[in-house]
Amino acid sequence: MEKVIVITSGKGGVGKTTSTANLGTGLAMAGKKVVLIDTDIGLRNLDVVLGLENRIVYDLVDVVEGTCKLKQALIRDKRYDGLYLLPAAQTRNKMAVSPEQMKELVEELEKEFDFVLIDCPAGIERGFKNAVAGAKAAIVVTVPEVSSVRDADRIIGLLSSSGIEDVRLLINRIRPDLVRKGDMLAIDDTLEILGIELIGVVPEDETIFRSSNLGEPAVVDDASLAGKAYRNVTARIMGEDIPIMDLEQSVGFFGKLKRLFSR
Amino acid sequence: MGWFFNRKKSSQVAKDRLKLVLIYDRAGTSNNDDMINMMKRDILQVISKYVEIDEQEFEMDFRSVQSDEDGVSSQLVANIPIRKIKQQMLKNTGR
Repeated sequence: MEKVIVITSGKGGVGKTTSTANLGTGLAMAGKKVVLIDTDIGLRNLDVVLGLENRIVYDLVDVVEGTCKLKQALIRDKRYDGLYLLPAAQTRNKMAVSPEQMKELVEELEKEFDFVLIDCPAGIERGFKNAVAGAKAAIVVTVPEVSSVRDADRIIGLLSSSGIEDVRLLINRIRPDLVRKGDMLAIDDTLEILGIELIGVVPEDETIFRSSNLGEPAVVDDASLAGKAYRNVTARIMGEDIPIMDLEQSVGFFGKLKRLFSR
Repeated sequence: MGWFFNRKKSSQVAKDRLKLVLIYDRAGTSNNDDMINMMKRDILQVISKYVEIDEQEFEMDFRSVQSDEDGVSSQLVANIPIRKIKQQMLKNTGR
């Protein structure tokens, strides 16, 4: 994929920030130099998900307003070589930054980094416009649920009118048991409705709660199924051709046995 | 027992509902103003062969319609005010 990627969804709470944290950490683990930009001014969260909240001195608005140099605002993650965060301001609002300023900022970062991942706020207003301003590609995160898929469709339309052509879908929090029962939209259903290319499917996974509690992305956890899914997405971003994980297989022997009897 | 066998999976209901709502959503966004305008132009061309219409007042849009049998569905609604029916058309119908 292109090196400047916006992670967006329209609807809130579907896992944009968690996905940005995991994909960024995954890319850094694969040896890439990555910067994550939190554009959710006033409601920043990427810092806590990454466990970097205690290290913020300057933020995005400080950089844009010239209060500090860009390098001063970048927080280097000491655990993963090559991972940097540019945090959002918490006390300002989204009008403090303009799309033009974001574009300039991203162009600056592009020179230094292998990947620039932009965490987009929910909604389609100024925050969205800021987030997509400098992006060359997009990952649209959706959960298999009507409201989220509907908003994803709207976002896909807006991305295409912003001139972003490489738009991929990440289906998050899917539950294979519900899909099997016919109570959750299947991967193919969602793809048929939205009509864009799939970059990955992340199963609903309890380890995500644990990882955000600890501020350690699940992608580093070998035992986490969601972590494995994010590692696969990371590889696909880097251009590797990896098949979509078979979520049925991950159920295990006892799960299958249980399913056999519950039929 | 009939309800048990006929019951649609909720994921299928979700899919059907989404398909319908997205027709309306997609049509309502500015991207598709172009599409509506193109359709208007084409329809205008065909109709103008037979009747003279008031182009200024020609309206066309997507709308959701409630009906008792099918619930809510999307419709393409056009309002095309006619100025006059062309002479040739009157001749052909034998009046």
